[in-house]
Amino acid sequence: MPKQLYYEDIQEGSEIPALVKYPTTMQLVKYAGASGDFYQIHYDKDFALASGLPGVIVHGWLTLAFLGQMVTDWIGGEGSLVKLSGSYRGMNQVHEDIICNGKVTKKYVEDGVSLARLEIWAENPRGDKTVTGTAVVALPSH
Amino acid sequence: MSDSVITEELNSLLNVDFGPEVYEIENGMLRRFAEAIEDTNPRWLREAPPTFAAALVPKALLNRLFNADIPLKRLLNGSSELEYLDPVRAGDTISVTARLTRLRQVAGAEGPTLFMFTEMTYTNQLGEVVIKGRNTYIKY
Repeated sequence: MPKQLYYEDIQEGSEIPALVKYPTTMQLVKYAGASGDFYQIHYDKDFALASGLPGVIVHGWLTLAFLGQMVTDWIGGEGSLVKLSGSYRGMNQVHEDIICNGKVTKKYVEDGVSLARLEIWAENPRGDKTVTGTAVVALPSH
Repeated sequence: MSDSVITEELNSLLNVDFGPEVYEIENGMLRRFAEAIEDTNPRWLREAPPTFAAALVPKALLNRLFNADIPLKRLLNGSSELEYLDPVRAGDTISVTARLTRLRQVAGAEGPTLFMFTEMTYTNQLGEVVIKGRNTYIKY
């Protein structure tokens, strides 16, 4: 496990280490089963094409899960996620990288809890932001 | 602007609580979800990963929204927002209630687009709200 992140370690503008994921059709089938979202655009290419899509597309929730992983990997076991949100602006296709990024936009203490507000986003290999969102995390303080 | 796709049927769903739908959180559910998102953090062996709420589907409301008799047949997820008040753990029983809070029709490039705004509340077996969620669904 990576070392624990502390409130004192971050500044406004601090970047979160990027996380790159590579979803396959098999992963989308597994995700459909685990989440109960069996909408066919996520695993049935014929259905996706007939719906006017370029092919099977990644569940928005799955890309948000990748962004959640980026954040929880970064904050470590003593950090906790307070809020997570994402707007699905573009579609991620299977068999290409999803690059997750984020940075600190604000650090503040509220009711004795050390918090950071983050801007988070996912990109496809062409640099299009497919999901943009925010998160709030609580961090331990020295 | 084309005709309204917001039918009486859809309007009748506004601000009505659907549920609760009850989910017993088992170790295997958490493990399968963590495997599906390919997140190997050992934390998710005892605690639900951040987007696990997506698996606690408020089916009663969503079935009504997705199967409503309107001319727009295609569906996309527009946005998701989760606020965590307490971790969800294996062994918990989570009750999900959901409501449609707003309908908004806009003229899109390919015709009318309907935004359906929903709010979900996830409550544990002690009656404590553990997660508050909002989700926007798009029909086009």
